[in-house]
Amino acid sequence: MQHKILLTINGEQYENFVSSERTLLDFLRDDLGITGSKKGCDEGECGACTVLVDGIAVDSCLMLAVEADGCELLTVEGLNKSELDPLQKAFIEHGAIQCGYCTPGMLLSAKALLLEKNDPTDDEIKEAIAGNLCRCTGYLSIIDAIRSVAKGGG
Amino acid sequence: MDSKGNSEKKKDLTCVGKSVRRVDGWPKVLGKAKYTADHSFEGMLFAAVKRADFPHARIKSIDVEGAQLPGVEAIMLEEDIPGNPRFGALNPHQPVIISDIVRYLGDGIALVAAKSEKIAREAAKRIVVSYEELPGLFDPREARKSELSIHPEGNEIVHHVLRKGEVSEGFAAADVVLERDYQTQFQEHAYLEPEAAVAVPQPDGGITVYGSMQHPFSTRRVVARVLGLPLAKVRVIQGELGGGFGGKDESSSIVCARAALLALKTGKPVKLVNTREESFVESYKRHPYYLHYKVGAKKDGTLTAMEIEIVADGGAYASMSTFVTWRSVVQATGPYTVPNVKTDVYAYHTNNTYTGAFRGFGSPQIVYASESLMDELAAELKISPAEIRKKNFYQQGGETATGQTLKHVVSLEPALDAVLAELNKKPLEQNANPVFSRGRGFACSYRGVALGAEGVDATGAVVNLLEDGSAIVSTGVAENGQGLRTVFSQIVSEELGIPLEKIVFLDCDTSSIADGGPSVASRCTIMGGNAVRHACLQLKERLNLSEQPDLQKAIKATLNAGKSLYAFGWHNAPKVSWDEHTGQGDAYFTYVYACQGVEVEVNNQTGETKVLRAVAAHDVGMALNPQQVELQIYGGVTMGAGYGLTEEVILEKGVTKNPNFNGYHIPDSRMIGEIVPIIIENPDAAGPFGAKTIGEPTCELLAPAIANAILQATGARVRTIPATPARVLHAMQKEGAPA
Repeated sequence: MQHKILLTINGEQYENFVSSERTLLDFLRDDLGITGSKKGCDEGECGACTVLVDGIAVDSCLMLAVEADGCELLTVEGLNKSELDPLQKAFIEHGAIQCGYCTPGMLLSAKALLLEKNDPTDDEIKEAIAGNLCRCTGYLSIIDAIRSVAKGGG
Repeated sequence: MDSKGNSEKKKDLTCVGKSVRRVDGWPKVLGKAKYTADHSFEGMLFAAVKRADFPHARIKSIDVEGAQLPGVEAIMLEEDIPGNPRFGALNPHQPVIISDIVRYLGDGIALVAAKSEKIAREAAKRIVVSYEELPGLFDPREARKSELSIHPEGNEIVHHVLRKGEVSEGFAAADVVLERDYQTQFQEHAYLEPEAAVAVPQPDGGITVYGSMQHPFSTRRVVARVLGLPLAKVRVIQGELGGGFGGKDESSSIVCARAALLALKTGKPVKLVNTREESFVESYKRHPYYLHYKVGAKKDGTLTAMEIEIVADGGAYASMSTFVTWRSVVQATGPYTVPNVKTDVYAYHTNNTYTGAFRGFGSPQIVYASESLMDELAAELKISPAEIRKKNFYQQGGETATGQTLKHVVSLEPALDAVLAELNKKPLEQNANPVFSRGRGFACSYRGVALGAEGVDATGAVVNLLEDGSAIVSTGVAENGQGLRTVFSQIVSEELGIPLEKIVFLDCDTSSIADGGPSVASRCTIMGGNAVRHACLQLKERLNLSEQPDLQKAIKATLNAGKSLYAFGWHNAPKVSWDEHTGQGDAYFTYVYACQGVEVEVNNQTGETKVLRAVAAHDVGMALNPQQVELQIYGGVTMGAGYGLTEEVILEKGVTKNPNFNGYHIPDSRMIGEIVPIIIENPDAAGPFGAKTIGEPTCELLAPAIANAILQATGARVRTIPATPARVLHAMQKEGAPA
């Protein structure tokens, strides 16, 4: 069954019909072609699909598109405005990227943390990205990058 | 410094040797980097695979009637394959899809293309296969003796030998002889991006395949063979790669070949993406090893003999088993001078998931065993683990187990000293809570660089210098996320004196550059880097930069003279040798040396082990980009921690019991407290600017370091990895340690 949903993604309004079982991730990637969010496990374990829904980090593979009706979404494509988000800059600067597949989700989990808390401890940073798996970097440079933005008042 | 002109002093360099930022960072943080599954084409179909229902069975019939759903556009069986349905680097016996006998649960039986992924998957589910179940073999030690044969050619994939001196004399001369057994597990690469392919038929009857593969040229070979097309009509373009670690070779070729088959059949673009569960079940793993070591030593620690027998589980297909186990036979003694060595390494087929290349490639298993053994021997002799190693370390000018003389700088001792100095900067402090015990341990290794005597090792690069002083670079080895685009761009910038911003790195497209071999064996920097350098040196000569140092003027003059500023550099590795009957020869043209140490905390009640701190010292020849070297160390150490503590694909009678990240635990952000990287530089004549390698040695050392640290913490020796809480507790109970 198709449902009409209305939502805001990266500041743009969308009005679409989706079937009730469509996940938010498939809706973003396959229906709208917004492919920055990645599918790694499709069961909420890897965090590659993390997006912000009304400011909260969510695994978009675990959320149905219909549940996002009326919500405001932020995906990696919406992070930068006229210039890169401080987190995006810090990820490049600190070498927090290798293959880059986890990067979109990692950035958004970090964003959600910093929206909630502007000076998190290292343990809080580690906890905030504990649901975002990265196989390349060993996490340390990612933690450094997030810390640098927090300290910089980002 | 050496005869090849690699005598640059690091301080004179402008770009190489600097921690410049990744040249591909922007598209990745913007979410614009295009991974294979992000590609979409007009009229594209989606594919699904019907897989085996039993790990070993004869197929009696395949009924596709129920799968003809609305929206299904093609169903293909083995008989529909226009070319050769089997492939394999050494033994071409692996099926793309199969119609007679299934040999593991990852085998594909039918392919479906449909208007949506949902329809394709539903249709695949409705294909009914009837089987005659066959008895299976799930342990290589049983496969070794069994009358049952998984393939007509038998169960033995390979038997490598190494014979040096006479071990019986060595053991007779020993004061102490120790025998130990160790065991390692199936490890999954767990690249975050599951395998994917998008195949697009071309008007000339050829095909273009976008794929998530490490080796576009291997994929081209497989796709062309399966489709029955000339190589020239198959164009393989690497998508941005979401991790590989050795795992995206056959696993990706097969996905690309399947998508290509359906695309040619339907005349439409076809996308095929494995789910995580399919990736776990289908893709090859790191080989489990069963290792038996016998070592003899004098009272003072001098090694007199080593006898080693290793049995590897090759799983259903041969894949890279022969090559993986060859590295093991070369390096099995560890970096120690042993006058008498007898090593036998076997790989056998089973009906388990097949095994193949994985970062380390036959070394993590033997480093785990041999470095555990060295600590056990030291304890037996009542000397320190550092002392026994120093007594026996390979030396410059000394000879390896394969009879090779090491002519370059051998930096084992500096690596060990650096790690111990850092690790023991503060005395070991126990947790005030007696439930927890802390301990420290370390491990050392040497590692042959690049492919060695596995086969031909050569690669190429194009540097296309344009009239405005910008340049386009492409290479025969591919970016795997490791930072190759950045380091190669640095080499071009250094050689030609142009800024990084003016260098564009083209992604690997098999139709636009010569086959440069696979992006494996930590060979990209040393092989590809040399090829890039050769191309630059040709350009410098044509530009006559020594006489006309102004690049713009030199470019103008060269173009006006009718000369091209397009250069192709080719690098062929220095000579190596191998006698397969004796296991003697110059196995690799150079080696790297490393030591990693670790402090762990073990919960005596649960057996859970935490890595508090890791220190890793690696000789890389020269760090072309120190930040990227450190990243390799962080990532490799973390992967090594997973190998040592948490990661194990559980296969029960061929069935994968933990095919996703809820049951298979790769390290998360909380796993390791701190990692201290130490870069050691001894420029090597064989490398560009003296650089050697870093990717793989980083992940072969932490597991034994952890095992040695657990022993110091608890008094218990864990001889099977991963050292799960249950295994640690079991070992502690056996040792009678306080629980």
